Amino acid sequence: MEQFLQQIASGLANGAIYACVALALVMIYVSTDHINFAQGEMAMFSTYISWQLMTWGLSFWFAFILAVVFSFVLGVIIERAILRPLHNAPVLSIVVVFIGLLAICNSVAGAIWSYLIKEFPSPFPKSSFGIAGVIGPHQLGVVMVTLIVLGLLFVFFRYTPLGLAMRAAAQNPQMARLVGVRVDWMLALGWGLAAAVGAVAGIMVAHIVYLDPNMMGGILLYAFASALVGGISNPGGAVVGGFIVGVLENMVAYAGNQIEKATGIYIIGNGEKLTVALIIVITVLTVKPAGLFGRVVVKRV
Amino acid sequence: MPAFPKKLLWVLLALAFLVPLLHPLFPDVVSDYRLFLVSTMIIAAIAVLGLNLLTGFNGQISLGHGAFYAVGAYTAAVLMDHLNMPYWATLPCAAVVCFIVGYLFGLPALKLEGHYLALATFALALAVPQILKYKWLEGLTGGVQGIVLNKPEVPFGLPLSEDQWLYYYCLVTMVILYWAAANMLNSRSGRAMMAIRDQPLAADTMGIDTSLYKTVTFGISAAYTGIAGALSASAIAFVAPDSFNIFLSIKFLIGLVVGGVGSLAGSVIGGIFYVLVDNSAQALSMFVKNDLGLQFDLSAYTVFGILLIVLMYLMPMGIVGGVYLLMRRLRSLRG
Repeated sequence: MEQFLQQIASGLANGAIYACVALALVMIYVSTDHINFAQGEMAMFSTYISWQLMTWGLSFWFAFILAVVFSFVLGVIIERAILRPLHNAPVLSIVVVFIGLLAICNSVAGAIWSYLIKEFPSPFPKSSFGIAGVIGPHQLGVVMVTLIVLGLLFVFFRYTPLGLAMRAAAQNPQMARLVGVRVDWMLALGWGLAAAVGAVAGIMVAHIVYLDPNMMGGILLYAFASALVGGISNPGGAVVGGFIVGVLENMVAYAGNQIEKATGIYIIGNGEKLTVALIIVITVLTVKPAGLFGRVVVKRV
Repeated sequence: MPAFPKKLLWVLLALAFLVPLLHPLFPDVVSDYRLFLVSTMIIAAIAVLGLNLLTGFNGQISLGHGAFYAVGAYTAAVLMDHLNMPYWATLPCAAVVCFIVGYLFGLPALKLEGHYLALATFALALAVPQILKYKWLEGLTGGVQGIVLNKPEVPFGLPLSEDQWLYYYCLVTMVILYWAAANMLNSRSGRAMMAIRDQPLAADTMGIDTSLYKTVTFGISAAYTGIAGALSASAIAFVAPDSFNIFLSIKFLIGLVVGGVGSLAGSVIGGIFYVLVDNSAQALSMFVKNDLGLQFDLSAYTVFGILLIVLMYLMPMGIVGGVYLLMRRLRSLRG
């Protein structure tokens, strides 16, 4: 029973990370209809920045904030400089540009910081934090930080004029432009926010998966799965999807483990996590592309 | 996209067949290592050709062709390793297996378009190494260690070196596949494929069975890339799961974009190009360090990434398309 609770708790912690990355993906998707294949690598790059700042002697949280701000600026710059001019380009061009970004982020990080796996510290105190035997201090901390970030984002989008303008720009760019919203800048801001949220996820997960240039591959895949489960056009759905997928991932591995114990037949385990995500992605895409909470897109013929 | 000038094609082909025979005259220029490199270029060209059939001619984006390459390579390796099948017999087997796998993947892909298809195939590419390591397949695939094979032996006592033979083997395969693809595209089915890419709705109303064409194209494309994988298994004489990661699929995409989306000749150029950059990455890195004085390990992927983005701005049709456009402009300036 305790093991079961542990699995759920660690699933929630992973889910928090997936929720962040999925939210970043959805923020970009909602406003521009693009799927950002480079989201994971951008987050990885920001994580390296924070690592670098820490080795220069900054404290964890100071490095964290600087790295998140850096990602925000980088996101805005990428949108303005690279994606804006291609706004009406065919899908293939956009996808290719994202893959290009992915390759650049990955190889540049490898060139600057090498491909050696690095340890990444956890900011949360070891003792007197977490619930003994169920959830570790870092996992609890991750969930809390994500919830705070998500809460801040919710407040920002719900209750501030800028957030309202950004939502307007995403939902109906033409009307928004008519009422005086600077749509182009709102989209760039959205990109920056997405990059910042991604960076939070990267910095939080680096302690668990260790720091290396390929660390976000699997996480990005799970984030895709989360976004799709929740409905790729619904930010709240992406967050819920993240937690669902995180728990599901651990439950599948746990069930596989139990089956192996009971019958001695190995079916599924930790080694098949990406395969599980692939199956989730393809199943959702083919069976219910709108996800749990997404808008059903109807094509007019 | 214009057809490649036929005469030039024949000349190039004759050159390709004659060059290895110059080995006794210029042993340093036509070295075995270079021929091996060219063989890998040919293999890359076939893989990119496969991707181009799907993405360039049928409009279905795939970021996961590394998966079919892996299936082809593993089919060949398992057949050679467990059944002692001769290397040349593995090509048709790999083609059939990959066609089936591609066709099956094409079925759910029918419901997906554009970004979503890219997403599904991207997920596939990410998951491939793990699938290959699956415990139940370990007996066949050798798990993390992979499978070590033998290089193709020179048959009939021909006076060729191993690498020379490999070169001819790859070249003949590519010529056959290229010819088949060119003929297919020039036929009714080929035009149907392109019609689906350009105007899916119109193609449907014209009576083209879009679902059938799309899935079959997926299968054929996978078969092409799978054959390339099988060739690479015998060329490198080794397969291991981690070499079929997402970056393999990215390389195919580079080949596609550089050569030209929807151009057969472009696929060959693209394949040659990415192998060339991949192999000269070290030299490039040295150049950056020594001549430009930057302390920075330039990797092939930085070049690839920058090229991908720049090409999308300057030559969305790839190098072949870009050159053609340039020539047409020059001609219209003159006339």
